[in-house]
Amino acid sequence: MATATQYRVIGTRPIRPDGYGKVTGKDQYGADVILPGMLYCKVLRSPHPHAIIKAIDVSKALALPGVMAVVTGDDLPRIESSEKVSSGEETIEARFMTALCLAQDKVYFKGQPVAAVAATSLATAQEALSLIEVEYEPLPVVDDVLEAMKEDAPLLHGDLYTESLAGKGSKPSNIAGRVEHARGDVDKGMAEADVVIEREFRTQMVHQGYIEPTNSTAYVAPDGRITIWTSTQGAWDIRNQVATILQIPEGMIRVIPMEIGGGFGGKFTAYLDPVVVLLSQKTGRPVKAVMTRAEVFQATGPSSGTYIRLKIGAKRDGTLVAADAFMVYDAGAFPGSPVGGASVTGLSPYNIPNFKILGFDVVTNRPRVKAYRAPGATAIAFAVETVLDEIAERLGIDPVDLRLKNAVGPGDRMTNGVPYPSIGFRELLTAVKEHPHYNAPLEGKWVGRGFAAGFWMNGSGVSTVHLTFNTDGTVNLIEGSTDIGGTRATMAQIVAEELWLEMEEVKPMVGDTQIVGFNDGTGGSRTTYSTGVAVWKACQNAIAEFKVRAARMLEVDAEEIVFEAGDFKVKGHPDRSVNIREVIRNLRHTGGHFEAVGVSGGLKMAPAFGASLVDLAVDPETGKVEILRWTQFQDVGKAIHPSYVEGQLQGGAAQGIGWALYEEYIFRDGHMLNPTFLDYRLPTALDLPMIDTCIIEVPASDGPYGVRGVGEVSIVPPPAAIANAIYRATGVRMNELPMTSERVWRAMSQRQSRVEQEAS
Amino acid sequence: MKPFEYVAARTIDEAVEALASSKGPAKPLAGGTDLVVQLNEGRITLDRVVDIGRIPELKRVDVDAQGQLRLGAAAPCVDVYSHLNVQRLFPMLVDSASIIGSVQVQSRASIGGNLCNASPSGDSIPTLICLGAQAVIQGPSGRRVVPVEEFCTGPGQTVLQPAELVVEIVVPAPGENEGGKYLRFIPRNEMDIAVVGVGSWIRWEPQSGRITDARIALGAVAPTPVRAPEAEAALIGKEVSWDVIDEASRLAVNAARPISDVRGSAEYRRHLVSVLVRRTLLAALERAGVDVKDLGGEAYAG
Ligand SMILES: Cc1cc2nc3c(=O)[nH]c(=O)nc-3n(C[C@H](O)[C@H](O)[C@H](O)COP(=O)(O)OP(=O)(O)OC[C@H]3O[C@@H](n4cnc5c(N)ncnc54)[C@H](O)[C@@H]3O)c2cc1C
Repeated sequence: MATATQYRVIGTRPIRPDGYGKVTGKDQYGADVILPGMLYCKVLRSPHPHAIIKAIDVSKALALPGVMAVVTGDDLPRIESSEKVSSGEETIEARFMTALCLAQDKVYFKGQPVAAVAATSLATAQEALSLIEVEYEPLPVVDDVLEAMKEDAPLLHGDLYTESLAGKGSKPSNIAGRVEHARGDVDKGMAEADVVIEREFRTQMVHQGYIEPTNSTAYVAPDGRITIWTSTQGAWDIRNQVATILQIPEGMIRVIPMEIGGGFGGKFTAYLDPVVVLLSQKTGRPVKAVMTRAEVFQATGPSSGTYIRLKIGAKRDGTLVAADAFMVYDAGAFPGSPVGGASVTGLSPYNIPNFKILGFDVVTNRPRVKAYRAPGATAIAFAVETVLDEIAERLGIDPVDLRLKNAVGPGDRMTNGVPYPSIGFRELLTAVKEHPHYNAPLEGKWVGRGFAAGFWMNGSGVSTVHLTFNTDGTVNLIEGSTDIGGTRATMAQIVAEELWLEMEEVKPMVGDTQIVGFNDGTGGSRTTYSTGVAVWKACQNAIAEFKVRAARMLEVDAEEIVFEAGDFKVKGHPDRSVNIREVIRNLRHTGGHFEAVGVSGGLKMAPAFGASLVDLAVDPETGKVEILRWTQFQDVGKAIHPSYVEGQLQGGAAQGIGWALYEEYIFRDGHMLNPTFLDYRLPTALDLPMIDTCIIEVPASDGPYGVRGVGEVSIVPPPAAIANAIYRATGVRMNELPMTSERVWRAMSQRQSRVEQEAS
Repeated sequence: MKPFEYVAARTIDEAVEALASSKGPAKPLAGGTDLVVQLNEGRITLDRVVDIGRIPELKRVDVDAQGQLRLGAAAPCVDVYSHLNVQRLFPMLVDSASIIGSVQVQSRASIGGNLCNASPSGDSIPTLICLGAQAVIQGPSGRRVVPVEEFCTGPGQTVLQPAELVVEIVVPAPGENEGGKYLRFIPRNEMDIAVVGVGSWIRWEPQSGRITDARIALGAVAPTPVRAPEAEAALIGKEVSWDVIDEASRLAVNAARPISDVRGSAEYRRHLVSVLVRRTLLAALERAGVDVKDLGGEAYAG
């Protein structure tokens, strides 16, 4: 599209337009919404991980002064069909969405909503919960994926049959789905291999850990029109879900996305929105709900825990010849784990002539999972990249060389057979080899260096943007993509670049569902890529109209106008020109105001590859890991605002370090034992190293400037890189996440006793 | 959180009166970093909260000419560890006060609150025990003094009677050739609860090279912080050596009665006790003037 390689604004680091509100604390988040007459909502949640709801009596709660309404699952329409709604990077059956808002007849996980109260104060709403009487009949609980797969396991859903390419299973099962990809002949491939490594891996449920808790405020006007102020990555997803769950036409619903305190894939889902709408319908007053952290942990969607068995075979020279992957992903209470994402990422970076990938989506009595940054990819990469490290070590080959030898390039195929467009994996691996970190000496006892790579497809989807023009010569940019990573800045940069304006002359904002045309949500690393295309197109549309206007001002035909460096010039008469700002200021006199719109869609895939390189030290007595040095590598296509690109690389690495060392849901019989930030440990500033970044720019096949999405892949390699470094430091191979101090200590002790046994 | 009455006391007497006259359960609030969290999570419900953080005497940090420390029960940690004489005379107390929570938490959290909260993992309690600290208590029936070692009676349980208040913690002046060290093990590097905490304190005699007194207190491995008498006995009277330290660190495990929970298994906790006792002993000896590098072995003094 754009042909220039020298840019004025692209690639620079202007101050973000939304920065002032952020650093002064003046920005409005969902919890800041306060409306006249507003009521407060609290949700009663199931104390049981699995039970039949026999009866609910709300009369005492309703009698409490200050309580204005109480709703239960009976107030929601019953959806019998298997109709699906979109929820960011996945779709989910509408009836399961209903159950995530208010249970009907049965609860499937602890924390599932059972009733909700609207009251004049939060304390009253809280007190009313204790007055609601629910009679449960507890059912047997299954909270482990492998247990859930067994023939005699308690069934969650009587009407759930395994879905696969072969069709539907014949009897109900906790196995909701089965995915399969294959190429060549695995047995033959393994037989040809000189080294075969087979390992088993376990990873635990982890939460996105967004700092702003899930919240929603709704007001239903007397004419039935609904306004929702909420924290979401996808206002249109929320509108679609609310419309479907409540059986209300979308046109009646306006969703206003507030500033957002993180989402990472977890904020596409209307957990509270339909409930506050229902309560507002009943009371005629605005109703607000904000979850506590314990509610966020137990009743929103974390990422799957997994069981993975992986076998890879290689020739003596490092050529990979066969791979066999068996993956089980925990969906939680309702189908929809990211096992599909796992099946097309883990092995896709490498050309392997023979492979078989078998994946299962399994339901358990745990919170229903949701997308989390490169959904599904991190767990399988943990397996693939540690097994590759072991192969490299066995064969005495440098771990980066082993990957280079097998790395995919443009035209090679992903595991699902889709050919790669332009990709930069080989360039990335070469950059690692040449990087000072990779070549720096690392000395001392109990220290090690680890490397791992990662892949993510990236999404594209549809975006709409509008440009309008001000009489002072400035431009308004209205996008519908929730700004999580600094996209108001990035999108304004594209306008400034294309229209030859300064950053300050572009005024970006995020519009709601009624202000701007349709937008897919901010997820799948799609915003800068796809919304960027929409912005670029809007700019070209604006320039085309500006030419007409400039022609009128210069009294020539529009065909005679060219746009160069911010000036509209008459061809062949360089002295006859008018600056774009003048054209904008005079729109009123040259034919009236107009709006330029850009819509994107149907873009080619622009996949991302990343890698982590880590030096760390292990305390040999406690097993505690200290990260000494970290470099995060990524092919980003083109960094429009390098600071925000670096921020994405660092953020993904930070979350990956959390997965690797600290974070996990700990369950006992379906009860989460650590639903607090004290015992669910996110890494703090003191746990993270300075994260150095190395940006590689191999242009994507489509889109402006060669941009690729950058948001997700950085979370994929860190756990494997850390595991590989722990091995170099201690001699133990870790195959379970998180690699807590205790687990590392235990593995080291076991190794020590083995060594001693062998010696004696 | 259920609504409650808030009373800001200006004097100790007012605080005691406010606690005594409350119709339902009442508690003092110092920094509130335990209390407010407990109220918020509904773990306790109170009719009245008595703020003692505005009573000047309770915010005092005083080291007198003899080197005795008088610590107002509500003085925030930051005032403790930034006090120059505390730094000079009680570095072990700085170890504890400077790791509670984060900088933000430390500007409210008090040592008195840490003690009265009586968590088995409270980071100041093993240190206060090692230093021989006393809690000065005032209540409706007057003043009394209780050694910190006897203060905690169970998780969240203390010797305090209704309407009683700790007003001051008194730490005796340090003598010659003494040193103490507190270390805890946490999975992260801040904002965490001790999986195990260990305070070690020793006195030695440079002429003979012998240890003349020792106190070892363990946190998070029993319902209250506990002493490790066998380990202490194995040190007292012995010449400082790697083997003696090693032996003491192994014996200390016998005093631990840990549970397994989400923060660590009992087995891991026992192991950590021995590691931390060795590390704290080495650091304590170093503070007491022993050249620990001469001891051989692998010194992991943290
Ligand atoms: C984020 C965070 C991190 C933390 N990290 C740590 C940590 O690393 N290590 C650690 O040990 N603790 C930690 N804590 C717990 C807490 O900060 C400490 O225990 C702190 O020392 C409590 O002091 P406070 O002044 O805030 O007590 P408060 O919360 O005011 O009081 C605690 C309890 O003691 C009672 N009380 C207070 N003062 C008196 C008194 N003078 N007489 C009688 N009763 C009294 C109160 O009624 C209450 O029951 C953390 C807390 C938070 C929120």
